[in-house]
Amino acid sequence: MAEATASRGARRAGRYLLLTVAAVIMFLPVYTAVAGSVQPTSRLFDFPGVLIPRSIDLSTYSDAFRVGHLGRYLVNSAVVTTIIVVAQVVTSILAGYAFAFLRFPFKRLIFLVFLATLMVPAEVTIVANYETIQDLGWIDSYLGLTVPFMATAFGTFLLRQTFLQVPQDLRDAAAMDGYGHWGFMTGVAVPLARPAIAALTVFSFLLSWNQYLWPLLVTNSEDYRTVQIGLKALASSNIDQINMVLAGTVVAGLPIFVLLVLFQRQLVRGLTSGAVKG
Amino acid sequence: MAVPSVATDTPAAAEAPPALGTSGAREERVAGRRREWPLALLFLLPSAVVFAVFVFYPLYRTVQLSMYRSGPFGRLGEFVGVSNLNDVLSSEDFRHSLWVTLQFSAITVPLGLVLGLALAVLAHERVRGIAAYRTLFASTVATSVAVASIMWLLLLNPSVGLVNAFLDWAGQDRIDFLNEPGWALWVVSFTTVWLHLGFTFIVISAGLQSVPDELLESARMDGAGAWRRFRHVTLPLLSPTLLFVFVVLSINAFQSFGQIDLLTEGGPNDRTRVLVYAIFQEVRRGDPSTAAAQAVALFGILFLLTIIQLRVLERRVFYG
Repeated sequence: MAEATASRGARRAGRYLLLTVAAVIMFLPVYTAVAGSVQPTSRLFDFPGVLIPRSIDLSTYSDAFRVGHLGRYLVNSAVVTTIIVVAQVVTSILAGYAFAFLRFPFKRLIFLVFLATLMVPAEVTIVANYETIQDLGWIDSYLGLTVPFMATAFGTFLLRQTFLQVPQDLRDAAAMDGYGHWGFMTGVAVPLARPAIAALTVFSFLLSWNQYLWPLLVTNSEDYRTVQIGLKALASSNIDQINMVLAGTVVAGLPIFVLLVLFQRQLVRGLTSGAVKG
Repeated sequence: MAVPSVATDTPAAAEAPPALGTSGAREERVAGRRREWPLALLFLLPSAVVFAVFVFYPLYRTVQLSMYRSGPFGRLGEFVGVSNLNDVLSSEDFRHSLWVTLQFSAITVPLGLVLGLALAVLAHERVRGIAAYRTLFASTVATSVAVASIMWLLLLNPSVGLVNAFLDWAGQDRIDFLNEPGWALWVVSFTTVWLHLGFTFIVISAGLQSVPDELLESARMDGAGAWRRFRHVTLPLLSPTLLFVFVVLSINAFQSFGQIDLLTEGGPNDRTRVLVYAIFQEVRRGDPSTAAAQAVALFGILFLLTIIQLRVLERRVFYG
């Protein structure tokens, strides 16, 4: 009996040990980035001392903002992300509502055409889209950074599925009360779909904030660089001030990390809504 | 409002449920349909315009570009049909990129799958404090490719990086990971695996939660040990999830760009020049035809993978 309890205790300790080792390895890059960002460069060569900061010096953060123009880049990222998220939510609600509640010819066909866009990854179309943005004169502009992403088949699909679950009785009752489609959509359908809209918002925020290839391609001037691209410039021209680069990295990663902590449930829902049934 | 009566034609009628009730109700419905299509048009127009201009047109344009030589000032040169596509696809450059991409996938996909599964299994037990571990394991889902790459870039830096500081401390030789042809692809791959591990963990964990406890319990009653229960109960039930993750990771591998641009810029000696990076280089070099031909090939590969992904999803809806 005592033996069994002891072996169970050992198993549990082993499980915690494995969990902790995995967590440490997984989190080490982030931890070292944060630890390195608050110490003077000279301390960074002192291994393993660098892992436990003796003092905290936040001047690297102000340096990163001053030298790396992080403020400007963060504003650009915030503007671009906000425009994309708002646009995606609005276009998805409108299109999702049309597919769920409106009767019109060729509905199935048009819906399939919408879904077909999921089969065309952005990496394939960059050649021609770059050409289009150039022809429109949208290189180095918020338009070039946002307009190509203002609609999403994923969001349309998600909201159509959600709207389809709104009971027909509600629609009939609303029609009796003289609500048109606009009133029903804004007054009933959208409030009922709030969890799905939240998942779409968090998901599209994550994707837009983290975009890399497209902003790299369509911005040349610092004025329109997003923080992800600004980070590359900061790292490549200040490799001797590694603590400042690390500070910049922490700043660029922070908004999404906060988002993860605050909205983990919505994010997981968004990520797995295609992957796991129910 | 004047509405052309042609609008209510057969497809909509075919889709509508069989008419019930009086002809009056039917007329009312037809009238309703007439009123609804302009609204539908209005609602669909914003998305449709974006898709037309930035998805379907560029797809057509990419195929067109791939059949011409690059002319001056971004204009189309001579029409050469499929021969341009042929030339590009049989070129040494393209084959090299494809080979690198395949190697990159061959490392990142199995490794990501196995590590994701290991983390998910490890975190599946209901023990105290497990929520904190789960958040940590999921955390890289919020990390952008740029943030992840710069962190690894600095960790692996030959002079100021922590990994080399560790090697020094352990009495080993320093390694210039990113400029060493034998190391570069591995480094880019590790960064990628780490970056996607949060997502892989989340999805496989969700899959594990749907394995019924009763089944595992009855297997235990039958005397099956932990490994046998995992191998013969959990794994078969988890296989649709694993297949899904496998396909998503493969698609991700073929779309990878940021980590290569930030860590190695395709080097050393093109050792990490994956397909998307090659396309990017051609766009920057001003050779849209070659870029387009490579994009067409990439599209073919990703199209196949996406079809498989949809098949897997469909199967899961029915049997999952």
